[in-house]
Amino acid sequence: MTEQKTEWPLWEVFVRSKAGLDHKHCGSLHAVDGKMAVQMARDVYTRRMEGVSIWVVRSDQIVASDPADKGMLFDPMEDKVYRHPTFFKLPDSVDHM
Amino acid sequence: MNLSPSKASQPALRYLLRVADTCLIHAQRLAEWCGHAPVLEEDIALTNIALDQIGQARAVFAHVAALEGAGRSEDDLAFLRIEREYLNPTLVELPRGDFAVTSLRNLFVATFQTLLWSALRDSKDSEVAAIAGKSIKEALYHQRHAADWCVRLGQGTEESQRRMSAALELLWPYVPELFESSAEDLEAVHTGLGPDWSSLEGEWRQEVQRVLDEAGLAPPAPSRFRSSGRLGRHSEHMGFLLAELQYLQRAVPEGRW
Repeated sequence: MTEQKTEWPLWEVFVRSKAGLDHKHCGSLHAVDGKMAVQMARDVYTRRMEGVSIWVVRSDQIVASDPADKGMLFDPMEDKVYRHPTFFKLPDSVDHM
Repeated sequence: MNLSPSKASQPALRYLLRVADTCLIHAQRLAEWCGHAPVLEEDIALTNIALDQIGQARAVFAHVAALEGAGRSEDDLAFLRIEREYLNPTLVELPRGDFAVTSLRNLFVATFQTLLWSALRDSKDSEVAAIAGKSIKEALYHQRHAADWCVRLGQGTEESQRRMSAALELLWPYVPELFESSAEDLEAVHTGLGPDWSSLEGEWRQEVQRVLDEAGLAPPAPSRFRSSGRLGRHSEHMGFLLAELQYLQRAVPEGRW
């Protein structure tokens, strides 16, 4: 007898709040497939006008960095402020930088 | 043009109440799923649909109240009429059943409402046309959501197929009532208020058949049974539904939150 899978796969949900902005991760949900995941995401995460576009991706498809590598990967950047473009003055009309 | 109170005829008010009552009673049944749906995500989806339906009902009730000019509010219309004064088709008041019954009824109602709101966008009553313009977008989503579930359940497991077939047996006899013509319908066509509901039948059957075909489901043979909720003659379930729907308003008259 094959074991019946009772849990639907997990999906990560990304919502773009308005045109021009990028999609932001806002949570996850269970759904059978991508089509259902988009509909569920619409109902769960955009019911208060949060978005104009939705991306979903299977959680098990995400390749993540290993927390154990944190020191090696990220700490060396702490003392390299010169990599921040903070020395430029932005015109007021440029938003979302 | 906007119909002034003096011009609103009884048949026009009944026609609009039929639209609003269909939304309200459908919403009440959907709301029963709150906290009980098979999965959290669907719980929220069904509740969203219920809230959309209540929003549509409210808009039409408020308009009826204004046209009527009798001092009744939208709350009076929603909560304080007696059973015989509710004019929704019987289909929407039937118990929510299992998830198959709910999904199939959602398909029937949403398909109907997409056609109804679509036609009402051309209403000569500008308020009704505006309500329809907003509601059609909601109805299209409800229809897609419901059709999706019907196909999934129809093509799903033996158990889900069995339940969908049972749901179809149960609900199919209540379909013809949606499309019965009446004096109100004829007057609505005459004044340009809205379509004769019988004119929506062809497209409804075509769309529902498309979904049923995809789901691998076949409706039972037509029966002679005719429900009569639209005439105010409801099933035995309606009294219980109203008892719950009206409880708070009757216990705390004019209560505000």
